Amino acid sequence: MSRTVRWCVLGVGLAGVAVVLGMAFGSMPDFGIDRHPYRDLAVAASVSHGTANVVSSVNFDQRGLDTLIEETILFGSVVAALALLRPSDEEHLHRPGGGRGPLEGTRAVGYLMLPLTLVVGIDVVLHGQVTPGGGFQGGIVLATGLHLLYVGGRYRSLERLRPIPLFEYTESAGVVVFAAVGLATLAGAGSFLANTLPYGTFGQLVSAGTVPLLNVAVGVAVGSGGVVLLAQFLQQLILVSTDEAERS
Amino acid sequence: MSALIAIALTLVLAGAVAVVFTDDPKRQAVTLSVYGLLMGVLFVLLSAPDVAMSQIVIGTAIVPLMVMLTIRKIRGSGQ
Repeated sequence: MSRTVRWCVLGVGLAGVAVVLGMAFGSMPDFGIDRHPYRDLAVAASVSHGTANVVSSVNFDQRGLDTLIEETILFGSVVAALALLRPSDEEHLHRPGGGRGPLEGTRAVGYLMLPLTLVVGIDVVLHGQVTPGGGFQGGIVLATGLHLLYVGGRYRSLERLRPIPLFEYTESAGVVVFAAVGLATLAGAGSFLANTLPYGTFGQLVSAGTVPLLNVAVGVAVGSGGVVLLAQFLQQLILVSTDEAERS
Repeated sequence: MSALIAIALTLVLAGAVAVVFTDDPKRQAVTLSVYGLLMGVLFVLLSAPDVAMSQIVIGTAIVPLMVMLTIRKIRGSGQ
């Protein structure tokens, strides 16, 4: 394909996108107005399923399949990043020497914030059906929070508390549980990810049927994925050296 | 559009400009982190606390952290 033809194809494509976008923008409601047709439908559906946090209801109940796909994309990205970051043939692992630890103040803040952050993360995952948050947000909070151990202490202690093979299994398990809930509801109710569990009391911890279950599955998958991903970055930085770097 | 949202939008714009005009990638990770926080504030004002939480955790913590780790690795100063 010659250069001119390629530019023509690109031009046709861009023109098509511009027309469709123009039509979409033209019929969009104005910024900051009070008329929200989608909200009215989503809120009614959410309330009828005993879910106080409408966003969680949309994510895990009304459009659960989208979330499963999103979680699978995340899983695939983590696996791809792991494949890229693993030590290659020219690289080898070595133990870093003791070195000087962090400042006393940094260490104190790290150790003080570590339990607090983990509790907040668990709270955000478990209360996803009631208050803002859920598996994605809470999972990332947990994954980041665990690394306060690295800020506050040594890499060695982080390694001991964070067995990577275990987190690789729990990451997969989170995705599998999500899909399994979908298949179970498909078998039970005839529709994939249908919210078939009892709805409980609106606004309470035990409410919203399958939503908290799926939230925990996503929280485990996202949290483990974050830990595994950051572990590879840290390993590359701290443990891996190339022969070239050693010579210099 | 309320005055608060207008202020937040202006701050986000200023933050984005700051990220673009920061030359050193190491400093850029820090401005990117601040920019992520400003986006989080905007999302809260637009009544999207769920998105704000994701934005703050990923945009101000994870992404700048990965950028910093990568830069240190590439420059070989991490040994």
